[in-house]
Amino acid sequence: MLKNVKCECGHVNPHGTIFCESCGKILEESEKDKKLIDMRYEGSARRSQTYNKTIIDKIWNFFSSVKVGVWLIVVTLVASAIGTIFPQEMYIPPLMPASEYYEDQYGFFGKLYYQLGFHNLYSSWWYLILIASIGVSLIICSLDRVVPLYRALKVQRVTRHEGFLQRQRLFGVSQGDKLEDSYEKVKEKLKAKRYHVREEDGNILAEKGRFSRWGPYVNHVGLIIFLIGGMLRFVPGMYVDKVLWVREGETKVIPETDGEYYLKSNRFILEVYDKDKDNEVFGDAIDRAGMVAKNYQSNVTLYKKKGDTVPGEKPELEKVKDFPIRVNEPLKFENFALYQSTYKLDELNKMTFALSEKQTNQEFGTVTVDLYDPKEKFDLGNGYSVEIVSYFPDFEFDENGEPVTKSRIPNNPAFVFKMNTPDKPDGEVSFVAIKQTIEPFGDNTYKMAFKGIETKNVSGLTVRKDLTLWIIALGGLVFMIGVIQGAYWNHRRIWIRRVNNEVWVAGHTNKNWHGLKREIGGVLEGTGINEPVDQVQEKQEK
Amino acid sequence: MVSLSQNLLHAAFFLYLAATVLFAGAIKDKRAKSKEAGPNKWGKLAILITLIGFASQLGYFITRWIAGGHAPVSNMFEFTTFFGMSLVGAFIVIYFIYQTPFLGVFTMPVALLLIAFASMFPNDISPLIPALQSEWLYIHVTTAAIGQAVLAVSFAAGVLYLVKDIDQTKPSKRTFWLEAVMYGLVVTLGFIIISSVFSAMDYKAEFNWIDKGDQQVKVEYNMPALTGPHKGELLTEGKFDPLVEMPAIINAKKLNTVIWSFIVGSILYALIRLILRKRIGAAIQPLVKKISLDLVDEIGYRSVLIGFPIFTLGALIFAMIWAQIAWTRFWGWDPKEVWALITFLFYAAFLHLRLSKGWHGEKSAWLAVIGFAIIMFNLVAVNLILAGLHSYAG
Amino acid sequence: MLQIKEKGNNNMKKKRLVMRTVILTVLIAAVAYTLYANFTKDDVKKVAVGETAPDFALVDMNGEQHRLSDYKGQGVFLNFWGTWCKPCEKEMPYMDNQYQQFKDEGVQVLAVNVGDSELAVNKFADRLGGLSFPIVIDKDGQVQTAYGINPLPATFMIDKDGKVVKYHTGQLTEEMIKDLMESVKP
Repeated sequence: MLKNVKCECGHVNPHGTIFCESCGKILEESEKDKKLIDMRYEGSARRSQTYNKTIIDKIWNFFSSVKVGVWLIVVTLVASAIGTIFPQEMYIPPLMPASEYYEDQYGFFGKLYYQLGFHNLYSSWWYLILIASIGVSLIICSLDRVVPLYRALKVQRVTRHEGFLQRQRLFGVSQGDKLEDSYEKVKEKLKAKRYHVREEDGNILAEKGRFSRWGPYVNHVGLIIFLIGGMLRFVPGMYVDKVLWVREGETKVIPETDGEYYLKSNRFILEVYDKDKDNEVFGDAIDRAGMVAKNYQSNVTLYKKKGDTVPGEKPELEKVKDFPIRVNEPLKFENFALYQSTYKLDELNKMTFALSEKQTNQEFGTVTVDLYDPKEKFDLGNGYSVEIVSYFPDFEFDENGEPVTKSRIPNNPAFVFKMNTPDKPDGEVSFVAIKQTIEPFGDNTYKMAFKGIETKNVSGLTVRKDLTLWIIALGGLVFMIGVIQGAYWNHRRIWIRRVNNEVWVAGHTNKNWHGLKREIGGVLEGTGINEPVDQVQEKQEK
Repeated sequence: MVSLSQNLLHAAFFLYLAATVLFAGAIKDKRAKSKEAGPNKWGKLAILITLIGFASQLGYFITRWIAGGHAPVSNMFEFTTFFGMSLVGAFIVIYFIYQTPFLGVFTMPVALLLIAFASMFPNDISPLIPALQSEWLYIHVTTAAIGQAVLAVSFAAGVLYLVKDIDQTKPSKRTFWLEAVMYGLVVTLGFIIISSVFSAMDYKAEFNWIDKGDQQVKVEYNMPALTGPHKGELLTEGKFDPLVEMPAIINAKKLNTVIWSFIVGSILYALIRLILRKRIGAAIQPLVKKISLDLVDEIGYRSVLIGFPIFTLGALIFAMIWAQIAWTRFWGWDPKEVWALITFLFYAAFLHLRLSKGWHGEKSAWLAVIGFAIIMFNLVAVNLILAGLHSYAG
Repeated sequence: MLQIKEKGNNNMKKKRLVMRTVILTVLIAAVAYTLYANFTKDDVKKVAVGETAPDFALVDMNGEQHRLSDYKGQGVFLNFWGTWCKPCEKEMPYMDNQYQQFKDEGVQVLAVNVGDSELAVNKFADRLGGLSFPIVIDKDGQVQTAYGINPLPATFMIDKDGKVVKYHTGQLTEEMIKDLMESVKP
């Protein structure tokens, strides 16, 4: 039967309490034989130890256990390490699909890695369950302990039961006749060392640093908040991760802004360190590396749409600001941030050809083709004209030997030109690609001679919106506070009690016994009261 | 300014070496004298020399910062020397709390090895690439290094505990693993020795080889090639021809260095064993007879307790803030990030296990050793072997 | 007295059980949601089935403007394509055939090109022998962004009330096109 236990001091303790929360008298028979009592939870019964009936209780107790918690941490640790053996899927180069890449690069082990799903380990269901379990464990283990601990520390008395004092790690007895003034001296010294001193019936409880006991629970709360933030990321709208490619001179709509914001790239700058212009100290390093990047910068202009238009219509744009986006310096607006992420240098933009006669190299006019929007016909006057029959921005030969284009980006432009000249009224056809000219209908008289190109740089900007950031940051902050609170301060208590003609001194701290012993030594110095003995060390030395 | 900086570093190195010897003298001396409060004069001199050495290394740090215009923590060499310096700093603080010359005998050699190891890497002052041009460079890297250094003190305390505590009269799993730790330190020394020797000889051998993208590239070896690169072709005349050829995905040059280190390290270890006629662990044991195991355990625990928040702050919190600013996302499961998380989880487990009395003492000491191994893995393997955003050419 | 205490204890027990059950349920629900969301996040479409199709206005190759909202009351076969996309090329003739069948039954076809040059689009249409449905070019990518277009070809079936009833990515067979058009016939 589960009933509360009333101690002889009058305090009612919850069922399962080991020693009285108030005066410290041992309540569990089995504990009376032990030399020292376990002070970890102030004698209070960890709830889960006492109620173990239903399945709910069993699950609760499972997650409340420190042992389980440590196992969860260790398993997570090992699992995380496995994910670093081979690069994760998001880090492999885009040469081939993952299903082929791992086997191709790493052979048998690579294939095994892929088949087990380890290439995407951190989003796998079992890893998420691990993290979730840690989250559940954090909540339950904290609830289970913090409530009883708080109670116990609140109701603790100044005058503690003799059995309690005798079983503290630091305990000592002094014969106490002329100790009246010593008492005052001791109280002064304790106060000087910032102890909170309570007195009752001539007995003293000096306590400091109680707040550090809450440290672990605070840091657990921090971790829970952090995990909640991570979880919220999956809620639609909370997190955006897109790439925006903009050419110099181009204005494009920024994705995920509902068509409200536009970005124009004015210029992309790539600077490298120059041995002559920059600090000469860098000379050796630059030689060794060949080239060291100094700056990646996209000078952009941010626009907001005025009025209401639908996509496809040309919007009226209002300039918001000019901004140089550099690495470590994103452009921020509303909840969005645009980062300088990647770039493409010298993308082909325009190509110029001259219609010329092969024999004499006489030129009859030049044609400048805008690779993004080429004109179909070019009239060069005097009966000379050029027509683009076909245009392949990103050309390759398909399996039938036919020219096709892979995409609309002019990575490898090719043209089928029809050259109309007075002496060849039917025109001549020439297939022209970079460093390649094919004349499909036999030898031509004319050719399109390559004259020059115009290039533009392209900025690759990452568009990011993350509404969960503040929650995650809050979680991190609370965690750090909790860790510092728990690690850098100790909860110290010193009991001084008069028993008959003796003065009993006992001390306890949750960590750093060395420091507490020194402090007690300093307090009792010159007072005639003996320093308490470290009962653990005594046992060790025997 | 640059040469002044280097000289200050060299001076610090020799001062630390002297301090190690003096600390050893301090604990040996205790055997002769009876229980005296506080350190003896050897100990006092040792800590004084350590302080001067630390000041000298601080000077190296400051002068290098001035010369380069940025905090010198931006490559393998700079980071590892800073880590070594922080370790000395952390030791100094612990020394003034606990008055422990014996800790010095174990911590200072680790710091020495770190600095020497660091010097094997290119030490030109290099300009910062755009991603590193941020205040967060100093904030994140220095805090992480200091956190790791404090945690490393627990390693020294752990080894100290094990040396004293493990029964060396008969071989066992414990004697084996303690000796493995010693062997690891000797192999590190082996790496330092062989790299320095070949560097002094200015050994250079160039190869053409085919990489995994089927491109032909050049590589320069600084040690005779035992393992050669994939389809390698020796260009420099008269230099050592590889014994074995490696497949393209293996970095043959790094593997070569590792193999050389193990060969030299093993020979060195064999010599030491021959001279000592017993395990290194057994040989050092008499030196530490008088130390209090309880105190060493407490120092080990406290270092973790002090270092864990600093490490978390530097290696995780500040790292996440900076990653968000520079790489658009605060966490990307990059190997370096993952191994920082692993280090964090490991020491969290350590602190939780300490709640149980059964885990104090020897078990705690072994955990501290494993923790340091994880930190070293993060510094060496993740930077040099695993590919990722923190990769260095090495 | 003991009985009252016992009852008190039983109430406490019950309260505890209820508390624990509630907490565990909430936690399990949260975990389940997270797992579910993680595994469906790649399927989340910018414009999902059941949502209203975003309005847009583009000009076709003959200079006529087409506004999606103008087609309220009719079903719309909205197809996104590129000149370099082989499956797109393959399915266009089928689209043309079916369009002939359905255009008098209130189904409109709009083929939105993802930003090729006019030259390329014209040549493409010529190559296929001319196409009867309107072709528009989304030059600056606004419409693609609004619809979250990634793989091509992508086809949205929009009903007479402007709602998306079906989404398909990949090449369509003539049979499939027929069924799709059937489904948005007013």
